[in-house]
Amino acid sequence: MRHLLSVTDLDAASAIGLLDTADRLKQALLGREVRKLPTLRGRTVVTMFYENSTRTRVSFEVAGKWMSADTINVAASGSSVGKGESLRDTAATLAAIGADCIVVRHPASGAAHRMAHWAERDAATGAVGPTGPGSSTSVVNAGDGTHEHPTQALLDAATVRDRLGGIAGRRIGIVGDVLHSRVARSNVFLLATLGAEVVLVAPPTLLPVGVAAWPCRVGDALEDELPGLDAVMMLRVQAERMHGAFLPSAREYAVRYGLSERRAALLPDHAVVLHPGPMVRGMEIAPAVADAASSAVLAQVQNGVHVRMAVLYHLLAGAAA
Amino acid sequence: MAIDRRGDPRRTAAPDRELLSAADVTRTVARIAHQIIEKTTFGPDNPDDLVIVGIPTGGAVLASRLAVAIAEFTGVAPVVGTVDPTLYRDDLRRGPARPLGDTALPDGGLDDRLVVLVDDVLFSGRTVRAALDALGEHGRPRAVQLAVLVDRGHRELPIRADYVGKNVPTAQGESIVVLLVETDGRDGVALRRAAESAGPGS
Repeated sequence: MRHLLSVTDLDAASAIGLLDTADRLKQALLGREVRKLPTLRGRTVVTMFYENSTRTRVSFEVAGKWMSADTINVAASGSSVGKGESLRDTAATLAAIGADCIVVRHPASGAAHRMAHWAERDAATGAVGPTGPGSSTSVVNAGDGTHEHPTQALLDAATVRDRLGGIAGRRIGIVGDVLHSRVARSNVFLLATLGAEVVLVAPPTLLPVGVAAWPCRVGDALEDELPGLDAVMMLRVQAERMHGAFLPSAREYAVRYGLSERRAALLPDHAVVLHPGPMVRGMEIAPAVADAASSAVLAQVQNGVHVRMAVLYHLLAGAAA
Repeated sequence: MAIDRRGDPRRTAAPDRELLSAADVTRTVARIAHQIIEKTTFGPDNPDDLVIVGIPTGGAVLASRLAVAIAEFTGVAPVVGTVDPTLYRDDLRRGPARPLGDTALPDGGLDDRLVVLVDDVLFSGRTVRAALDALGEHGRPRAVQLAVLVDRGHRELPIRADYVGKNVPTAQGESIVVLLVETDGRDGVALRRAAESAGPGS
């Protein structure tokens, strides 16, 4: 594995390999006073975030540090991006400084893919790379526009596997703003690869064009789907990406698509409630549901660290390919 | 099946030479169990001191067998754990990312206890070195001893075993194949003459 750009690059075996590695890393750190592994000593990981983030950026940083990589955080504000530097030049600069891996979040769909392409081309033409000419930087997509967020899907899969004992054959609902959600897109494809049955429940205005070609079913009313779900993932309504009238009102959305206590009671007893965060309590999820025992929100965050360690391990621990 | 990682067994032409039969493996495990009891004074009077820690996958299987044997001879079962050395290896950069094994150490921790580390084959000593580093991160044992089913020589580090099932002189290109019922369906140890030798040591 060279880069992690999209979950569609992962087959079931490699996805399960990543989840197993994450489990083992969790084991290796369990109950230890010193949470530090020497595995990535001398490797440099740069997180480059052009959009706001708490959990993804911090958990990548923690993941790198726990494996002894040097992790450096570059925010778009406060860097030369503010002076007008292009993504291309910023990426080449970070590679020349010595970044073995760039973890990038960008508002434009496909940004990570472009960066990986440039990194490969630069390596092929002998441009300055992290460890000299011809070496290439690995790129990890930490969210590109409305396209993909592969590590989120992996950590969701890890959480579902932990809680339900498996993914294949389970029915998992994804509810809310599917149109703007890279989390939903990555989850649909990864969960389908792992053999789950995925059901989308969303206002018609918030379903993407072409959803019929996705490996999932578009469900009916939330109430009708909930009793049959093993897990339900509530999506945040992405107000910052909505530049049109997608919803009549926030109030109406909460009433029709929010996971209220009454609706959560329709779920089977074993069902898990997931939310990629950040939660808008009272909008897509009721506070009592977010804090209930069935809620795996904080388990997701914790699994996020181990999954990102696994990704960095697979990208950086072995010989440069 | 545990094969030390030098040489690719799939390219072999020469047949394997049996070193230990299934009965020999059982006998050897019993003998090592007796030696551990004798050397560590483990028993009903001293049941908490000893922790048997296996290196996945072969060593982990042998560790549980040793624990069963020790329990049979003394009436008390020692604590068993596993420690995966992969994250501490010095040759990670020499190949693609290796899959990780299980790590499960006892709840009581390792501090001030006697750890017997168990592996199937002792070769370069690098795996044991990595396992010692991993153990050190989990606590400070009173002492660490090493038990191996087969010592095939060719040490690259100053490491020796306290308990050895069988010493086998080998050539660098050969490999030792350890089969265990739990993972391979039958017990046995064989010497395999690999056609070519390549790759990092075990």
